[in-house]
Amino acid sequence: MASLFTVSPSPHIRGNLTTQKIMFLVILALCPAIAAATVLFGLRAMLLVVFCGGISVLTELICQKLMKKDITVSDGSALLTGVLLALNLPVTLPLWEAAIGCIFAVAVVKQLFGGLGCNFANPAITGRVFLLLSFAGDMTTWVKPFYYRSMGSGMLSSSAGIENLDAVTGATPLASGDADLLSLFVGNVGGSLGETSALALLVGGVFLLLIGVISYHAPVAYLGSLAVLELIYTLASGGELTAVPYALLSGGVILGAFFMATDYVTTPITGKGKLLFGIGCGLLTFVIREFASMPEGCSFSILLMNLLTPYIDRLTMTRPLGAKLVAKEESTNG
Amino acid sequence: MNYGKEFLKGLIQENPVLVSLLGMCPTLAVTTGAFNGIGMGLSTMFVLICSNIVISLLRRAIPQQVKLPCYIVIIASFVTLIQFLVHGFVPALYTSLGAFLELITVNCIILGRAEMFASKNNPIASALDGAGMGLGFTLALFLMGSIREIFGSGTWMGLSVPGMAGHTISLFVMPAGGFLTLGFVIAIVCAISNRKPPKKLGCAACPNAASCGAGCEEADA
Repeated sequence: MASLFTVSPSPHIRGNLTTQKIMFLVILALCPAIAAATVLFGLRAMLLVVFCGGISVLTELICQKLMKKDITVSDGSALLTGVLLALNLPVTLPLWEAAIGCIFAVAVVKQLFGGLGCNFANPAITGRVFLLLSFAGDMTTWVKPFYYRSMGSGMLSSSAGIENLDAVTGATPLASGDADLLSLFVGNVGGSLGETSALALLVGGVFLLLIGVISYHAPVAYLGSLAVLELIYTLASGGELTAVPYALLSGGVILGAFFMATDYVTTPITGKGKLLFGIGCGLLTFVIREFASMPEGCSFSILLMNLLTPYIDRLTMTRPLGAKLVAKEESTNG
Repeated sequence: MNYGKEFLKGLIQENPVLVSLLGMCPTLAVTTGAFNGIGMGLSTMFVLICSNIVISLLRRAIPQQVKLPCYIVIIASFVTLIQFLVHGFVPALYTSLGAFLELITVNCIILGRAEMFASKNNPIASALDGAGMGLGFTLALFLMGSIREIFGSGTWMGLSVPGMAGHTISLFVMPAGGFLTLGFVIAIVCAISNRKPPKKLGCAACPNAASCGAGCEEADA
């Protein structure tokens, strides 16, 4: 009789979303951004996305073979890491540098810390920061959109193959501040593959929100807090009010807010924690952009908040129904 | 006493950097190049051998209550000596090591060996212990410096490495790269020497045993 009962800890109700399903839904949601990148930056953008995805999956496979773990590449998490990292790279980045970023993201950040679910920070973000610190020049070479039209067949090659690179490169709109809002919204500006087109990212982000893969807390808190801070800063410094939508649409905040600040592993569990996480990201991005030497602080702010996630989780732990807050002395002695 | 063992244990078995994790500050700060690593390692080795010998000779004369100030005075004298020597004969190294040369005074490897070994053993064993530990420190720094210089600057001991030009990863010469390299070197050395973390750390191996008074042993039991 007793064998009929299954004794297990909560949760007892399971949804039908598996890790694999979630990963491929997120990749699906990134497809508009990949398509936009291909239109804006040519076939090399697509090549870079496929290459990074492939290298990441291969790295995960080799790591798991070497560590004699179960092979879990089919869950799509390594593929997603590669695709996300590719969308954070400039289109002219040499392939070997992109490969180093992927290997670092999957092997060091994810597998060495115990694989999916144990990584302390978002692998794609960490990979990007690694590349940014290692190859500062290549990582901040931004070509103008549709640069490939003037190049013909050489467009699959890296920056080395582009003659007159200076003629097709420019600062990101974040640094130059001269793009108009419509170009920023559709993505007709220089930048990383996947960050330029706010429209394509929003389509993917809203899709994820509607099917419930991500919650609204972190993106809304991130974009909202950044908007409020930029508004206060603009008012205080006497600038034009268009600076606020400009700050939201330029740089990588939309990509970061919808696809990286919502990572299950490295962001807080509760809604309250996610809100705190988003506000922290917004605050750090604002501070880095306006007061530090770097033009963009999106990846650094998300990385820093990743590290704070365990503490946010502890602060925002859900109290069981009816439980009383235990006084500090009692909890340490007991 | 087995003098050979006293010398050899510092190389791998009890390597001050890779096993005891002592002297992290110079290890991370000066290993942006292989030459700096050797220079720092040899300077520390010199101080370590000399201070170990003197402290060992004076081990019955130094009163327990003021042993730390006495050790520091002895160590600082030798650091001043090596500082003048390096300044005089290798000015380039003196410039690139900067304040870290003087900071050998407070390097915990030297104080650690004085306290753990030289104050309890005879001068010959202490000198061999200092030489072994110093050589282990030098080898670790040289290894770290080589890795960071080859990948970070594309050179080795100042000579350009073929095939690395234009393919350098500058993170390796940044502070973050120092921590990364150290982690990987420790992991590889552990794998080679097939060392597993101890299942239970007894009071014999615990560095805090003197101050804690076996409190943890009782708590476990």
